[in-house]
Amino acid sequence: MRHRCSSKNNSAAACDSGLRRIEGPVNFLRVPLFRSLIVGMSVLGLLIVANTASAQSTSETIASVSPKVVKIFGAGGSKNLYAYGSGFLVSPQGHIVTVWSHILDSDTVSVVLNDGRRFEGKVVAPEPPLDLAVLKIEAEGLPYFDLNQAISVGPGTRVLGFSNAFKVATGDEPVSVIHGVVAAKTSLAARRGAFESPYTGPVYVVDAVTNNAGAAGGVLTTWDGRLVGMIGKELRNTQTNTWLNYVMPISELRETVEQIISGRFNSKKPDDDDDEGGLTKKRPNRYDAADFGIITIPDVVARTPAYIDRILPGSLAETAGLHPNDLILFVGENLVQTCHTLKDELGRLESGDQLKIVVRRDDKLVSVVISVPKKMTE
Amino acid sequence: MKSLSGLLSILTGFIVISGGAFAAEPAVLQAEQTRTEIVKKVAPTVVAIFSSDGNGGGSGVLISPDGYALSNYHVTSACGDFMKCGLNDGVLYDAVIVGIDPTGDVALIKLLGRDDFPSAPLGDSDALVAGDWTYALGNPFLLATDFQPTVTFGMVSGVHRYQYPAGTFLEYTDCIQVDTSINPGNSGGPLFNAAGELVGINGRIAVEKRGRVNVGAGYAISINQIKHFMDQLRGGHIVDHATLGATVRSGPDRIVLVDSILESSDAYRRGLREDDEIISFAGRPIGSVNQFKNILGIYPKGWSLPLVYRRDGKKQEIIVELPALHGRSELAPSAGPKTPRPHRHQPKSPDEKDSAEAKLPKDELPAEYKKLFEKKAGFANYYFNKQEQQRVLAGLVPFAGWQDAAGKWTLSGKSADGDNLQIKLFPQALSAQFTKRAPGLQKLDDTDFLDEPPGSGGLLAALYQFKLLLTEGAPAFTEFSYYGSQPLDGRATTVDVLITKKSTIECRWYFRVTDGALVGFDSYLGPDVDGCEIRFLQLGDFQGRRFPNRLSVRYGDTQYGVFDLLSIETTSLSETSKQ
Repeated sequence: MRHRCSSKNNSAAACDSGLRRIEGPVNFLRVPLFRSLIVGMSVLGLLIVANTASAQSTSETIASVSPKVVKIFGAGGSKNLYAYGSGFLVSPQGHIVTVWSHILDSDTVSVVLNDGRRFEGKVVAPEPPLDLAVLKIEAEGLPYFDLNQAISVGPGTRVLGFSNAFKVATGDEPVSVIHGVVAAKTSLAARRGAFESPYTGPVYVVDAVTNNAGAAGGVLTTWDGRLVGMIGKELRNTQTNTWLNYVMPISELRETVEQIISGRFNSKKPDDDDDEGGLTKKRPNRYDAADFGIITIPDVVARTPAYIDRILPGSLAETAGLHPNDLILFVGENLVQTCHTLKDELGRLESGDQLKIVVRRDDKLVSVVISVPKKMTE
Repeated sequence: MKSLSGLLSILTGFIVISGGAFAAEPAVLQAEQTRTEIVKKVAPTVVAIFSSDGNGGGSGVLISPDGYALSNYHVTSACGDFMKCGLNDGVLYDAVIVGIDPTGDVALIKLLGRDDFPSAPLGDSDALVAGDWTYALGNPFLLATDFQPTVTFGMVSGVHRYQYPAGTFLEYTDCIQVDTSINPGNSGGPLFNAAGELVGINGRIAVEKRGRVNVGAGYAISINQIKHFMDQLRGGHIVDHATLGATVRSGPDRIVLVDSILESSDAYRRGLREDDEIISFAGRPIGSVNQFKNILGIYPKGWSLPLVYRRDGKKQEIIVELPALHGRSELAPSAGPKTPRPHRHQPKSPDEKDSAEAKLPKDELPAEYKKLFEKKAGFANYYFNKQEQQRVLAGLVPFAGWQDAAGKWTLSGKSADGDNLQIKLFPQALSAQFTKRAPGLQKLDDTDFLDEPPGSGGLLAALYQFKLLLTEGAPAFTEFSYYGSQPLDGRATTVDVLITKKSTIECRWYFRVTDGALVGFDSYLGPDVDGCEIRFLQLGDFQGRRFPNRLSVRYGDTQYGVFDLLSIETTSLSETSKQ
């Protein structure tokens, strides 16, 4: 899979995570969220029956929302890297909000309005931590969403999704509209390595398949056409082979979008030599392996397996029975693939936690439990 | 124990009541009731299709009490010429293939054994808009072992969608996109609108990396497209879609221009040229190439439709006849079952040999059904073409009585522009003499048929074909078939069409659908040329026999003349030979 990553500021982190999202073992959700989704859906099933009563206003809603959604064509085109996407207008002068993706890697993208007019779109600014980008086309007097009119909704709200999923629309055809219900408002439990998503904030989870190829950047609205959120990328849990349909609330994006449009924008990303995309600083780093007396082999390559090199004498690890050459596979419930993820997992621990570590020793799996000590430096 | 269950039922009742109060908006309950009523009404029309050998299948929907049902070509092609169809009455019926549309992925089959099948009313798919509610019924994942269809309910996501050809022929034009859950096995099943009218045939779903399950985008072939092909399908054809004989491209400002055009096409003969701007086609405005493809894709080959174009600021309307999208040989392999599935080898121990077969009644197709299938090149099932021929030929009954007059015909009359004519249709030769127009002579000694009299497009040859039809009927022609129906001259009148061929001449005979009357015909001297178009403006009585006494004759874009026939003298063949 080829991936063009070079030209844009900040693109390395976004590309990297995008790539892993597609190829790697991606696990972004803990089970309870799915459970709540299913419960939510079954409770809400009853409400859907109200649908047929409002057909007239539905078509009015669709007629008012569709012109504000645009089709975007850009880089990509190889398998699984589709070259099309969706976006929505947020100013009459042609500011467009969409997701930050490989489609924007080409120098310019093609933006096609509802009426079939085609414009060259330029990226004004991306904000990878929010998986967001703002584009601009040279036009005026366009229909648009006023982000200040966007609303927050709760679970059970019936919603419509608008997007150019599967590139069904290419010219003056309106984008696709599908119906669903907000099943949950929650936080994407994204955890680097084991559970990873391009966006890590609060989301709406929808019971309909809103997140398809090309749908990211589309909008979720209420049945009377009020803006709720931006449809996210496709997201799959490789452990369960389930797909999550999440939508980013406008309230999470509004401030950044307004800053970008007004030119006052500074990316949350702290500095360019930190290729962790601004997430590092927020990530807790309360414990490391040495606190337990574990010294891993040097983390020299991108995916160094977490082999134990040495065990410090008299340490908790020694007491627990860990040996040099053990390969650490799990910390708690979470798969540890690299030294890097081990560092992350240990960094999250709180004093008093029971740290469960599963290692592979020769051909056996060995499980040990260590009580996480109080740390003097805290 | 009893009291416990009593308590339970009271509790349950309580829960139901309070649940009712929770969702008690009358509109909600009303909507639910409407839905269940619609489902109850349409479910009996839904067909679960299985191949005769029990492998594979799909869905379909009955559209007439005598058992005609629609499905997908990709469903029936896997089933063979005869298949098994289950309805929700629990009965398994035999069915036979009637007609197929490999390009549009449609098949027409006929369920056998009843003339009172429940059938779905056809709706108007062009009236659908995004946001409308739809029901999909069918047999997803072949779950319906008791033939009770599965119901899914959802929204129209887009209309007039174009889906690029997949594989060889398959192209979904002007189709309906729904978020109604459509899954493998739903193929061929009905999409109903909120009123329970058939608006589409479900056939395609967006399949990407998630496996063959619904991901929120399903596509249905619009019933309005199928209506255009319906009579051809009933005629047992392998139908073909149309092209314009020209390619188009997008111009500036969302206009669509003719990119290149075949000089052999009717559009070219009607005056369409490269760089002309296409404004509308078939009465629908054209704003993009996809839109044009969409509209073109829903029409059968051979139809004539109005096209409006602009050149040098001037608008012009023409009626163009659409050539076939594929060559005949391209579609021919589509008939019959697809490469037969290899028999699944099931190892048997020697002593249980054939015991299963011995116990089960053998499922032999009744002999009366076997004759309902007839193979012929170009047809899915020629048997049904013959049925339609018989139906349409009833339109010739008013012209009875000419059979014994196969000898010499001498027609006399005058034209509206004051010309006198005498036309002789003799067994050896044909001739036309006018006082003003150029005369014509056509020998019948195996010389080629020509444009005689000149400028008429072969009026003599055309009238000769008409004489053959009236005196000898079908046996006079080397090919004789029912074509289907189409709007006459691209206008509102719908006509059934019979096609005849004799040597190089092809004729298309037009029978008005409303009353079956023969209203005219076109006679072509060869392929890719304009025909001599004869329309009957009025019928008269000639010695007790009916014949048109006022005819309009057109050739290409010009009116050759309108003629009043005053007399027809005829002789029988025996009289002719005596002389």
